[in-house]
Amino acid sequence: MISDTLRQYISFDLFPLISAICVALSCGLIGNHLVLRRQSMMGDAISHAVLPGLVAAFLLASSRSPMVMFLGAGASALVTVGLIELVKRLGRVEPGAAMGVVFSVMFALGVLMLEQAAADHVDLDADCVLYGQLETLFFVAPTEWNQLFSVGTLNDIPTQVSTLLGLTILVIIFKVALHKELRIASFDPGLATTQGIHAGLITVLLMVMTAACAVASFEAVGSILVIAMLICPASTARLCTDRLSTQIKLSALFAITAAVIGYILASFVPEMLGMPSSLNAAGMISVVAGSMVALAAIVSPSHGLIAKSFRQRSLRKTVAIEDLIGLLYRAKETGTPRSTISSIAPAMNTKDINQVIQASTRQGLVTQTNNSLELTGAGQAAGAKIIRRHRLWEGYLVDQANIRPDNVHDIAEQLEHLPTDEPDSDTQTDPHGRPVPPHSD
Amino acid sequence: MNLTLAQSLTQTHDEMPSLREVFDTITLQSGFNTNAVIVAASLLGIAGGIIGAFALLRKRSLTADALSHATLPGITSAFLIASAMGLNARSLPILLLGATISGILGVLCIHLILTYTRLREDAAIGIVLSVFFGIGVVLLSVIQSTATSSAAGLNHFIYGQTAAMLTADAILMGTIVLIAIAIAILAMKEITIVCFNESFARVTGIPAGLIDGLILALIVLVTVSGLQAVGLILIVAMLIIPPAAARFWTDRVRLLIILSALIGALSGFIGASVSALLPRKPAGAVIVLCAGSIFIISMLAAPTRGVIAQLIRHAKLKLQIAIDHTLESKYQYPEHHPRTTFSLRVLLRLKGFTQSLSPSSALSQSGIKRGRRVRRNHMLWEQYLISCADIAPSHVDWSVDQVEHILDDDLITRLENEIRASGLEVQEIQP
Repeated sequence: MISDTLRQYISFDLFPLISAICVALSCGLIGNHLVLRRQSMMGDAISHAVLPGLVAAFLLASSRSPMVMFLGAGASALVTVGLIELVKRLGRVEPGAAMGVVFSVMFALGVLMLEQAAADHVDLDADCVLYGQLETLFFVAPTEWNQLFSVGTLNDIPTQVSTLLGLTILVIIFKVALHKELRIASFDPGLATTQGIHAGLITVLLMVMTAACAVASFEAVGSILVIAMLICPASTARLCTDRLSTQIKLSALFAITAAVIGYILASFVPEMLGMPSSLNAAGMISVVAGSMVALAAIVSPSHGLIAKSFRQRSLRKTVAIEDLIGLLYRAKETGTPRSTISSIAPAMNTKDINQVIQASTRQGLVTQTNNSLELTGAGQAAGAKIIRRHRLWEGYLVDQANIRPDNVHDIAEQLEHLPTDEPDSDTQTDPHGRPVPPHSD
Repeated sequence: MNLTLAQSLTQTHDEMPSLREVFDTITLQSGFNTNAVIVAASLLGIAGGIIGAFALLRKRSLTADALSHATLPGITSAFLIASAMGLNARSLPILLLGATISGILGVLCIHLILTYTRLREDAAIGIVLSVFFGIGVVLLSVIQSTATSSAAGLNHFIYGQTAAMLTADAILMGTIVLIAIAIAILAMKEITIVCFNESFARVTGIPAGLIDGLILALIVLVTVSGLQAVGLILIVAMLIIPPAAARFWTDRVRLLIILSALIGALSGFIGASVSALLPRKPAGAVIVLCAGSIFIISMLAAPTRGVIAQLIRHAKLKLQIAIDHTLESKYQYPEHHPRTTFSLRVLLRLKGFTQSLSPSSALSQSGIKRGRRVRRNHMLWEQYLISCADIAPSHVDWSVDQVEHILDDDLITRLENEIRASGLEVQEIQP
């Protein structure tokens, strides 16, 4: 026995949710390669350009059956891809403009054809192409559990849902079977060709799959969700990792999450807030997917703004400490083992010198008595290391890069902080005649 | 909303218009309202053409697409806020103000994504486009579920309703055109430099960021003012297609902008007129299709960049190569007769290079002269590639008539000496 509330959910929300997840997953997976190839806008172009194909198929077959619509939209999508390529190649038009020209002309054609169809009192809705009608995919749920899982229920599954399930399986097979080829062709088409992989063919296949996603999805969810799902989950994942295989897995996860959260926000939350009807789920899922991009851009551990600024601060601190002990080492070299803070401060390129002194003291590199600083033993060694690198770099710049000795100091001042190996040289003095401190090891 | 997408200007006609009506419409004599629409559409075409040309040069064509989609949440939230405050929610200035604000926010978001993340421009545009439009769609459903008044009027912003244009719109368009022209004249040099060489612009002290901002502001202006007429999906066509079509005809920026404005004006004029004359022809779509037709004609027929011209050039080059190869081989081995097609032999005879049409015909005086020159070029280029391989790839032009046109005299003398040293005879160009 299924309770009434649950039965209602199954009737009204099960298939829309499944459709949303299918669209999210298939578009999310394909989107990884579009984003990598900088062809994200292909999904936008294709999903707008299906309109004339839809109307033409409808007028020719005078039927609204999903199969007819699918064929019309598919033909239109392939024509669009071909035309964009043609305009790009033959007309040598910049890719963005080529897409813009082709899809806007196709869409205009579609609008005009719709208007002609309207004259014959044809019932065809252009809105669904844009926004989708997830909410209309309900079916009447049975009252008993065993009926729900019987063969009879399968026949009640709306065609759009089964199309989307089929598409998702197709996309997964495509991705798994051609994983290696897709990867090479996305990063380095030249290398792919030398390895015997037809990069052009892979591109065509990818475009066909993008078109399939756009076409299969438009009736259930509208083009706007297709575009969002092609780009957002893959972009979110790209902000979290540098590995393609991780990126693909993450994008699938993000896509499904966005679909579920977006659907809940659109369908259940308005009800709880007492609004008379639910909101547009496709739009809400796009918004959630976009928010995930924003979130990743801020908090991602590898490429997020917070992590980046944290790394930058810690680097700045390291550089400031190295500068400080370098200064103290130089002062000691010229016979002043103790330097006052006020004499050091002007030479330091930092806002808060006390913070730097505290950090160096904590690391045991410097001791402070009253207003003067002195290097510890460890500080002495670290100072020698940094000054050695500085003077070796100066020598390198003069000998190898032919820069005048007067001009090398500022460049060496930056190079000394690099974590790379020091220049290979056994000179004892720098271009200005000062001694290079010996290697500490 | 079923198929009230965009009304034609006149719904009364059901048959083809008479010549008289056509003449009246295109000479602006068929009533004040129709005139306002046609003039406004033409002006929109000019504004889109000029500003679109900047966008194309700056490779910002699709930014306009994101921007126009990004106006939807502004329109819907302006509607919601205005109705909450008890104002007339359908007031055009309020809705357009909302559109402008969210359009600018959209552009700002693209800028932020590009500056602070590793995502590329295409992804940034796609994210902003889909997410902003998604917000707009959600807000539309909010309006439908809560507001007492229906949101049907808002749909015109998506598909456009040119018939709704009034004299005020024509004046607005005219003002924008004037602004666009003024900026094009005043900032022409700066915009051109920024478009072609951004780093050079920075070095010369031109504020590239400011110029970029100016171009984007102009794109926002055109998009928002054209929203109601053409709709937010098709308005981008007014910015992309005219300059893309004009690009085929010229390599000069000034001419590009003028042509682009003309193409935009022509599309707007024809589109609005056709829509006025024929039933069920939504003007926005017809305008875009006009522009599209001009694009196709330009792509095929433009003199140097057009597809037909390219094909002709290619065929000519192939023919020239066939002639040169035949002459060279006949000159070098007079007893050997290279395989030639009949048409090639006719051509050679017509040009006076051979003495008869037979495949074994000897060369005429001018044929010998020409063959000698080709042979000499061949040998010099060969020697050049052998002795100067390091600089060769950037300095080879096989199609050039005489190697002297590319390489300087000293180098040629050197190459000639090298050829003689290897025991071959250098052909002289003098007869």
